[in-house]
Amino acid sequence: MSIGRDLDRRQLLSGAAAGIAGLLLPFSLEPSARAAIVSGTTGATSTTGAASATGTAGSEINAWLRIGTDESITILIGRSEMGQGVYTALPMLLAEELECDWRRVRVEAAPAAAAYRNLYVVKDMLTGGHADPAPGLAGEMRDWALSLAAGPFSQQVTGGSTSVRGGFEPLRRAGAQARHRLIAAAARNWGVSPAECLARAGLVHHEASGWSLSYGALAAAAADLPSPGSVVLKPPGAWRLLGTAVPRLDLPAKVTGEAIFGIDVRRPGMLFAAIMASPVFGGRVKSVDAAKVQSLPGVVAVVAIPDGVAVVADSTFRASRALAALPVVWDEGANAGLDTAQIFEGFRQALSEEGRIAERRGDAAAALAGAARQLTLDYELPFLAHATMEPMNCTAEVGPDGVDVWAPTQAQDGARAAAATAAGVSADRVRIHTTYLGGGFGRRAESDMVTQAVVIAKALGRPVQAIWSREEDMRHDFYRPGTVQRLRIGLDAAGLPVAWHHRIVCPSILDRIMAAATWLKPDQTSVEGAVGLPYDLRNLTVDYVKRNTPVPVGFWRSVGHSHTAFVTESAIDEVAAAGGRDPLALRRLLLRGNPRVRAVLDLAASEAGWGRPLPPGSGRGIALHVSFGSIVAEVAEVAVAADGTIRVPRVVCAIDCGTVIHPDIVVAQMQSGILFGLTAALAGEITLAKGRIEQGNFDDYPMLHLAESPQIAVHVIESGERPGGVGEPGTPPIAPALANAFYAATGKRIRRLPLMRAGGA
Amino acid sequence: MPALRVNGRAFEVAAEADTPLLWVLRDTIGLTGTKYGCGAGLCGACTVHVDGVATRSCQVLLGSLKDANITTIEGLSADGSHPVQRAWIAAQVPQCGYCQSGMIMAAVALLRDKPRPNAADIAAAMTNICRCGTYPRVAQAIALAAAGTTGTTGATGATGMAGATGANKGGGR
Repeated sequence: MSIGRDLDRRQLLSGAAAGIAGLLLPFSLEPSARAAIVSGTTGATSTTGAASATGTAGSEINAWLRIGTDESITILIGRSEMGQGVYTALPMLLAEELECDWRRVRVEAAPAAAAYRNLYVVKDMLTGGHADPAPGLAGEMRDWALSLAAGPFSQQVTGGSTSVRGGFEPLRRAGAQARHRLIAAAARNWGVSPAECLARAGLVHHEASGWSLSYGALAAAAADLPSPGSVVLKPPGAWRLLGTAVPRLDLPAKVTGEAIFGIDVRRPGMLFAAIMASPVFGGRVKSVDAAKVQSLPGVVAVVAIPDGVAVVADSTFRASRALAALPVVWDEGANAGLDTAQIFEGFRQALSEEGRIAERRGDAAAALAGAARQLTLDYELPFLAHATMEPMNCTAEVGPDGVDVWAPTQAQDGARAAAATAAGVSADRVRIHTTYLGGGFGRRAESDMVTQAVVIAKALGRPVQAIWSREEDMRHDFYRPGTVQRLRIGLDAAGLPVAWHHRIVCPSILDRIMAAATWLKPDQTSVEGAVGLPYDLRNLTVDYVKRNTPVPVGFWRSVGHSHTAFVTESAIDEVAAAGGRDPLALRRLLLRGNPRVRAVLDLAASEAGWGRPLPPGSGRGIALHVSFGSIVAEVAEVAVAADGTIRVPRVVCAIDCGTVIHPDIVVAQMQSGILFGLTAALAGEITLAKGRIEQGNFDDYPMLHLAESPQIAVHVIESGERPGGVGEPGTPPIAPALANAFYAATGKRIRRLPLMRAGGA
Repeated sequence: MPALRVNGRAFEVAAEADTPLLWVLRDTIGLTGTKYGCGAGLCGACTVHVDGVATRSCQVLLGSLKDANITTIEGLSADGSHPVQRAWIAAQVPQCGYCQSGMIMAAVALLRDKPRPNAADIAAAMTNICRCGTYPRVAQAIALAAAGTTGTTGATGATGMAGATGANKGGGR
């Protein structure tokens, strides 16, 4: 394991790069951000509940760290806590190097500021998931160029399973630099050399004299000292905190009801706005009969918002009751005839078009022509909603000092830009206060609810909380794209795959969000997971036919991987069946040159008892997928009753996410990703009729309950490689594992999700 | 003006009789620990106790609550020390946390009715929806609470989980 050595070299080079790109060592805050952080000490920006801004005096050491005279260690986190554990894992990174007392660590949501931008997620997107630099000078040069290219697109955003991957070095370095400054302050105070001093558990010690000073006492002096440019980070063997399952810092507030989510924000004089957008995408309000509701109890105003209308009242219920009674005539626009059948028919027709090449190895066309047999496999996956437990909402206040926004957002910069546009002010006049998120899954990377809240708050001159009903949330999502995909696979006489042509017809997410990222290559969010397969497939083509529709599409947990993995891992199983091979054996054969990936597959298979007989009507399916820097294999067991009822009694998961920061969060995220993916694979489907989303609540967009949840066993391989993501990689393999298990149980192949509709009862 | 008894305190509530209890708690009384998830009694995020019975507060109207005793997550304990809350910490249950007030209230009611619930009891009683997939840990925490093995500080963390679902394999550092 050579992370320590690599780091030293990387630091020097990235330090140099930072001088040019100004992106990798973000210690100089812009003035507005600094002001926002300072105001955090008064409690003004603290709404998370985890943040414990007491108002005690303290010193900002850097963008991530404030040390109080009361010895409190406040770590500002610029990533959003939506369940994935960043309010624990990210502070651990900094605290490991700071040598503070972990029991004194508090977390505070950082404001929107340049220091917290997520360069890593852009690099990951531009490289199709290969943001980490390879060792050696060539790798460093590539990283430098990549950082330069990614810089202009970089925003403060939580997504792409990048929080730990992107924070792994910067946060540890921030902690180490702060420690050096605290030691330097103590040494100066004592008139000794810093080399004679040692920091441990929130104290700096001078060994020879026995003197010690606390971080709280040293913080003010340390804040005035320069930050050392280069620091040596601890080798993993010296870690005390990283790699341990410390209790999550956000959980105490989450079992008492004290945690503040977006919907829980309360401001003096605040009003509540119930929102209704056009039921047809692209439609507008033609007329509203506001007089019909204005005399209802508590109603304050009826306000026009982009593409819709809001009723503002003195309580959520009064606002929503009046909204339900409000006569609205819609101009439904061009999409009033749209339905899902049409959309998918268009996708199917597009399968015959040549796509834009996403990956090419060898010559798939020639190999197909010369193959002994051909398989042509068509797959269809539905649009999906996020259905976060906390429906969309945002609270805004527009005043003479600018705009305050309290939002459960994954995208602080996006929220800030949306608020600035809606209020007609410059972005530096907008302060973003990030609350806890009642689920994100990519939905809260959007800022449509911020625009609404600011428009209404500005119109009324009072603080307003805009809140959506569950139905509004279901019908105005940015959906996981529906997609149709075709695999043409050539088999040799032995039944082994010698040609692989994967064509993906899918709406583009990046066209709306970052079109420039599709100039040089096709939208990575449509093809990720289909490209870069770990298997030995020498003649492979992946191409992409873009088919945009009026249905808004966005990032849904694991994004493109959520559909491509279903296709590739179902198809590998079909190849195995066609060649009379065991699905595990075929995968192992195709992974001969890839021992790290194969080890994950083998672990999942052995822990699941692969090959051991199951009762009649039951079957086991396996799937493997590499995403977000992690390798995950899952084995699902399916039991199909005589009446067609499908149960999933057990799932076994193995993951290699490289260096493990918090082992229990890894386990929790695998459980989470599996259940999220399983819910969708079994029953998730968003459909349109007459331009309207047909689903509205949990009765017609059903969720897995505890009673239907499988037993889930998670096995973590600590490979010691660079950290991989964990928020998303658990999701992609479960749908194909389920479909493959269903085939093993019934002999019926599922090429269309959800399973309940396509193959089940 | 309707009166309501919540967490042992009496409130005069300025709201219409057809206002769901959920919104009285959240917007009128200011107890925001109880969450809105669906407004249709489907998800359980709004679960509170009405006279000790786990109840979806979005489906109960203020006018029907005369003389009822209501307990919300805030009334469970002053400091998170209720055995079920401690079990939730011991098993490190919550992720985003949004559904957990309702989950905990449902679990407390279950354990009051059946101090030693079996797996079928847990499955039947815990019909709350969680999008983060905390179900395995919900079941585990209920088992811990039933066994009275939740510890006192809540600082045992997940490493002490009985029958942990995690296992570390392979070499590494």
